[in-house]
Amino acid sequence: MKAERADTKRDGRWLGLYVLAYLVFLYLPVLLIPLFSFNNSIQAAFPLQGFTLQWYQTLYGNPALSGALANSLVIAAVAASGATLCGITVSYMDLYGRSPLAPTISAIARLPILIPGVIVGISLLILVNLIGLGPSRVAIVLGHILVALPTTVVVMRSRFAAIPKTVREAALDLGASDWTTFRRVMLPLSLPAVLSAFMLAFLISFDEFIVVFFLAGTEPTLPLYIWSQLRFPRSLPTVMALGTVILAVSFIIAGTAEILRHRGLGAARRNPA
Amino acid sequence: MSTLIAAAEAPEPRSSSGFRLAMLLPGALVTFLLILFALGLVLFLAFRGNDGSLLGVGLTVENFVTVATDPLYWTVTLRSLVIASLVTLATVVTAYPVSYYLAFHAGRRRGLLLFLVTLPFWTSYLLRVFAWKIVLAYNGVLNSALIESGVWSEPTLAFLNTPAAVVVTLAHAYAPFAILPIYVALDTIPKSLLEAASDLGARPFTAFRRVVLPNSMPGVLAAALVVFVPTVGDYVTPAMVGGPASTMIGSLIQSQFGKANDWPFGAALSVCVMLVILVVVLVARGADRRFGSRT
Repeated sequence: MKAERADTKRDGRWLGLYVLAYLVFLYLPVLLIPLFSFNNSIQAAFPLQGFTLQWYQTLYGNPALSGALANSLVIAAVAASGATLCGITVSYMDLYGRSPLAPTISAIARLPILIPGVIVGISLLILVNLIGLGPSRVAIVLGHILVALPTTVVVMRSRFAAIPKTVREAALDLGASDWTTFRRVMLPLSLPAVLSAFMLAFLISFDEFIVVFFLAGTEPTLPLYIWSQLRFPRSLPTVMALGTVILAVSFIIAGTAEILRHRGLGAARRNPA
Repeated sequence: MSTLIAAAEAPEPRSSSGFRLAMLLPGALVTFLLILFALGLVLFLAFRGNDGSLLGVGLTVENFVTVATDPLYWTVTLRSLVIASLVTLATVVTAYPVSYYLAFHAGRRRGLLLFLVTLPFWTSYLLRVFAWKIVLAYNGVLNSALIESGVWSEPTLAFLNTPAAVVVTLAHAYAPFAILPIYVALDTIPKSLLEAASDLGARPFTAFRRVVLPNSMPGVLAAALVVFVPTVGDYVTPAMVGGPASTMIGSLIQSQFGKANDWPFGAALSVCVMLVILVVVLVARGADRRFGSRT
């Protein structure tokens, strides 16, 4: 028994080292971007030349960049709202809807995980051309709703499932209508998850490139702007400065979404009724 | 007591139709129009001839004949499958010990570690691929670091523009996808099962091989699927770090809808990719069922 415990401890230490090495592998390439964004050379190579903020200065007053940023923000906000609305309704109806259609919708809503981005992109390109919309911001929003949908459905579904059944039954027994139960009981109880789903969908849309490549008209999103800049070696340091800003903001939003999700789950456990 | 049970078992009152309609509508619109109809359009287009119009002309299997008979498409499809399989294998094998540590050894650090390994997923995919480009380039970080440290005297071209570069970059980009499902599967294994194994005299490795590994297979399969699907159709990474020898099927589809402007043929290629994925999903399902029956 004692020997065994020592065994697992030793295993744990080796595994811990492995996990550490894995985290280095995961973060090292990504952290090169902030590192070189402060480097006073156009070449991303060692040795580092000198500290500079000039690449960040070139980010200011760049109309193409600010246009792409504004586009991305608007598209991400609208797409995340749409995906969150669908995530809430699809998972709620799947769990409580008592409609034969609801589980089917829920299953199809999680399907885009099994479709490569390039195919999501071209299928929507054909669709928006058929209905006369063409590549446009609306088309991008539709594409990003699809890409974010599996995430919002999964997040909302696990949250709704974590609310004890008795809560909803009590509300209905006390005479609340479906609307009232949903609006006054179930939705407030899952608010942290709603915010978390929205933020995750926002990030997915904001960073998405593979689908947007097909659906963008004349106004590019930020990833498309970055893609266009990657062709020019001279603009690479600026891309790295921009990338650093995006990394920082993404980390903050993802961290906030995580905290909200935990707070929601913690509250559900502490206060089940 | 009996009335209580009766009340609990009584069917719920049917919800108002207005509520049901309003709650079903957004999901129904998105799933039926955006997913099923759009995919149906791809399937339809795949059987049309290209005359430059949006939906093509006639009904033909010519596109599929071309895919089946032109060795170029076989080569590229096979390469995509090999690269995606290698990425999947590398990602799952390297992710498994991390998930194992999270499930059995992490203790109170579990939440933080789980967050740390999934965090890179929320940063731009494009930037992660770009990061590998600056690592592997001729004037890049790896070459300059090797020269600085005296291991190398000349930079080498051998890193960038190779299929290996594509595999490493994709394995890095999709790593967080693999850890979560495996961790979830490992976390649901009852600890009593492990105690039972050791009580019955199983050594730690035997217990792992006979108890932990089979019970975690559903998570491994789910991880393999979520890595394989996006990588098999990827066209960004091959374009950025792969060079011409790493063209994948996603790049071909993309060029049919761009430069080549043969949408029906691009649709046919997409249908073939979906068929491959369908086969992979069915195989995974079958394997899942086999492992599922053990517990």
